[in-house]
Formats: sequence, C-alpha cells, structure tokens
Amino acid sequence: MKIAYYPGCSLDGTAKEYGMSTHRMADLLGIEFWEIPDWSCCGASSAHQTNHLLSVALPARSLAIAEKEGMDVFAPCAACYNRFRAAENEVRSDAKARSQVEEAIGMTYAATHQTVSTLELLAERYGLDNLAAKVTKPLKGMTPACYYGCLLVRPVGITGFDDPEDPQSMDRIMEAVGASPVKWDFKTECCGAGLGVTQPDICLEMTYRILMNAKEMGADSIVTACPICHLNLDMRQKAIEKKYRVEFKLPVYYVTELVSIACGAEPSSVGTNHHFVEANSIFDQLPAKARAMEEAAEAAQAGKKGKKAAAAKPVAKPEKVEDDGPSLAQQIYNDADQAARLEALLTAEPARAAKLQEIFEQDKDKAQKVAGALLAKKAKETSGGEEGN
Amino acid sequence: MSRGWIVLIFINLGLAYEFGKGEELMGKVVLSASREAQDLVKAIEAASGTRTSLCYQCGKCTAGCPVNFAMDYPPRQIIRLLQLGLVEEALQAKSIWVCASCDTCTARCPRGVDIASIMDALRREALGRGRVFRDVSAFNQSFLNGVKRFGRVHEASMVVEYNTRNMKLLKNAEQGPLMLSKGKLNILPEPIKGRKEVSRIFDKVKEMEGDHQ
Repeated sequence: MKIAYYPGCSLDGTAKEYGMSTHRMADLLGIEFWEIPDWSCCGASSAHQTNHLLSVALPARSLAIAEKEGMDVFAPCAACYNRFRAAENEVRSDAKARSQVEEAIGMTYAATHQTVSTLELLAERYGLDNLAAKVTKPLKGMTPACYYGCLLVRPVGITGFDDPEDPQSMDRIMEAVGASPVKWDFKTECCGAGLGVTQPDICLEMTYRILMNAKEMGADSIVTACPICHLNLDMRQKAIEKKYRVEFKLPVYYVTELVSIACGAEPSSVGTNHHFVEANSIFDQLPAKARAMEEAAEAAQAGKKGKKAAAAKPVAKPEKVEDDGPSLAQQIYNDADQAARLEALLTAEPARAAKLQEIFEQDKDKAQKVAGALLAKKAKETSGGEEGN
Repeated sequence: MSRGWIVLIFINLGLAYEFGKGEELMGKVVLSASREAQDLVKAIEAASGTRTSLCYQCGKCTAGCPVNFAMDYPPRQIIRLLQLGLVEEALQAKSIWVCASCDTCTARCPRGVDIASIMDALRREALGRGRVFRDVSAFNQSFLNGVKRFGRVHEASMVVEYNTRNMKLLKNAEQGPLMLSKGKLNILPEPIKGRKEVSRIFDKVKEMEGDHQ
C-alpha cells in the first residue's frame, strides 16, 4: 500500500514520538509513504479563527501538490486531518470557493482525492484482520481508554467515518493488537488544548475531567491519535495532579506507538522516552495483569457455571435446605406463605440474604422488621412494574 | 447562568423601551432590531452557512458544551441574542473567545443550527472591528506570522512572539524547559523552500478580501 504522507508541523517537534512511531509502524506493516515535497503548515485553528479563505487555501497548497501525483493523503495529526477534510469538502462542493482557492494558491486544485486519519488508515484501508495478523507481542492485560477527542469525529459532515458520540474504530484497533479497551464516557469530549496557551485554567479543568473519568473507569493508560490532545493529557498531567490534589499516573500513548510495540518494536524505539508521564514500565507489568484478568474471567465463568448447575437441578436445592434445618425465612416467619415469599426473595438476592442472616443472629425482632420492609418493597416494585407495562 | 438570564430579560425590556421611545413620535411601538443589526445578523448567518431562526432554544448545545462553565453567555444565549438582533452584545461576549471550537453543539443540535460556525463568524467579525480578546488574537497572530515567515510552525519563536504581543513575558515559561528536556522543542526554525509561495497566499488572501490581519 502506498499513500502520500503529510506529517504536519507537530510530528517534528512537540509530537516527535508520533512521527517516530508512525514511520516505524509503516515499516512493520509494509505501508509505503511518499512524503509531500515541501509541504507547508495547514494553518490549524489559528487560520480557521482568523480568516475563512486562508483556512482553506493553506491546506489546499499541500493537497494540490499531492493531487498532481494522484494520491490520497495520510495526515496523522488530527488537526491537519480535520483542516484538510474541510478544505476538500469546500472545494468539492462549491465551484466559487474552488476558483477563489485556486487563485489564492496559484495552482489548480479539484479535491479529487481524500485525506485519511490514522484510524481510517488502520481500520479501513489496511484492515483490522491484516493488522491482527502482524501482531507478534499482543498487548494482553492492557486496559487503555481510547480517546478520540474532537477533531477526528467532528464536524460530522466533514469527518464522518465514525460515530461522533461513541466512536469504535480505535477500540477495534486496540482489540486487534490484543488490548482490552475500557468503556468510558469522555471518548469525544474536548480536552480544551486549544485554550491551553491562552486560558490555561479553563483547559486544566477540561483535561482533569477526562483523566478522572478514564481513571474511574479502570483505564491503565490513554490512547490518542491527536498531537494536541496528547501534549495536553501528557505534559499537563502533572500540573493537573498538583492543582486538583489527585494522582493519575496515566501514560498517554499514540495509537501508532501501541500498534508498533504489539508488532514487535521496542517501546523506546518508538519514542516512549519522550513522554512526560513515565510510559515504559507498564509493558513489563502486562504479563502479570493478563494472568490476573484471565483468572478473574475464569472465576466469573466458574461462578456462572455453578449457578447454572444449581438451576439445572432444582430438586437438589430444597433437599439441602431441609438438611440444614429450618431456613432463615422459616426461622423469621412462622406463617408458611410469608416464609415462602421471603425465601424466594432471598434466593434471588444472595447479598441481601447474607446481610439478613447477620442481623438475625444479633437481633431477631429487627430481622423480622427488615424482612417485612424487603417484602413490602418487593410487592411495591412488582405492582409498579405492572403499572408501567 | 442565572445572571445571564436576568441580563437577557433586562436587555429585552430595555430594548422594548428604547425602541418604544424612538418610535413614539410616529405613534407606534417597534419591537424589532434596527435595520443594521438585522443586516449584520444576516451577514453572520451567511458567513457561517446557517440560520439562527431554526433554533427553538432547547439548550442541548449549552448542556453539552464542555466550556459552558467559563462562559458569560452560553451557546444557547448567544443564538438568542442573534435572534433578537442584539449583535453588539454577542460580539462583546467573552464566550466567543472561550469557545474551544470542539463542534459538540453543532453535532448535537436537533435543529441543524451550526452553532460552532456562528461562534467562528462572530470571532472573525469581532476581529474585523478590532474588538478582540487580546490573548487569543495574539496567539493566532503569532502562529500565523510564523507560518507566513517559515512556511511551517516553529513553536519556540511563536511563543516568544505571543508573549511579547501579549506583554506577559513569562507566560507558559515553565513549559519551554520541559519540552526541551524531552527533545520536543526545536531551537531553530527550519524554513521550507516554498516559504515565499506560502507568504504569497497570505498576501493574496488579503488582497482578495481586504483582510483584517
């Protein structure tokens, strides 16, 4: 596979490891890059906020050079990708805009080709099955939070390759390389990096919320495909920990770093040493984490099987109860009907049964009151449910 | 939020009173915005390719806005101001410079109003009148000047220019050494061969639209 490559300004500076890992990943996967010669800056949000024509003309210059070669463009930086797609969209759909852009850049440009992001390149162009086939060191045990941010999924009409509220492509890529991405709520919430320089306090608050949710949902790391998000989540993490008096210690990876590592690259060779939050030791901990996850899964499976076995032999259970003497429900209620209802409720909720047993051992009258409340609640729920239906 | 509401109500009443006063001589009360204000709203709608009249004020934009906590007029109120023809208020709002351009509002609007593009159009209109939130426009200027000069962004000189324009010489100063230590900051810019072409794009755009840069 051959594709025009537009690294963008960040991949040579603040997102150095994104550039390193993108090249390494291409080598490992057999993707050939043709770097757009003498490419220039896309103008990013500054051009976008300043002048509309300029915000289309700046990307159009680099795109027009690639168009002459007849190639689609791969733009790893989410901001470049977003501005490129916006420019393509405008030139394609508006003849007047096209002639203005051509006049401004002094070149012909018809937007006949398409810019793709890292996620599209891997999930759609390269293919998840092909990717999985290249994995030599699966990231088993890793539980990253896949963070898409704004620019890869919005504006919907411009990007449109994944769901803007609950995108899946990065999660599928992470699964293909053996990791177990967590379910979380801030996949596409803005991190405010654009305000990082001008209004840092607002930005810190936004980033704090994202890190907090990732941590709470059990993530051991964050994966991103955007240099601006990465810098924000990684470089500012320490300042956030200090400001909000919390500890996150969440390494933030580029998707290309993790793909390269899973395909056999040494972490340090794809740039993990350039991170602000320590990002190497997690790979040594993975085997132990993977074992623990497997054991937990087995235990859960065994628990399910145990329950199923019990359900399969309904005759065996009452016998057992008789062996143990009168059940808890029978001890609480003399009335057979009431006891049977409590029995049913407690069998369905073993946690409650244990709690009730505890109470019963200390205070029999209290246990009866609690049981009464439980039955009343259950009756209310049942009748409520019927009304609802 | 509640302060914003009260201000809006007062503005509504004030507007009604003001217009009422002006038109009393002719024996009628006018409750609509001035012709110029209406034209300006139309221009902003044209620049953003959307219509504010579509908005039915449900507030979904404000609910999902990740920066609403730092805004004076949240997105829904900005749209309301425009519906009422109160463009001046909208142009003076801090919100248009707090907006992170994340596009969540636009993606979620049930009426298809492109709120984020309206914020963009308002920023550009404000810039055109020299009415700017200094930090943001200084940043954008520094960024674009670097691109015009070298063809690509050079972070170090950009931050130096930004701090100078902003007259906050030490702002973000702690980040320079941090980035340097991680090999993420290039001391010297690497201008591209075609930097003159890039510079020409800036000049041409200015010439074509009488730009306000």
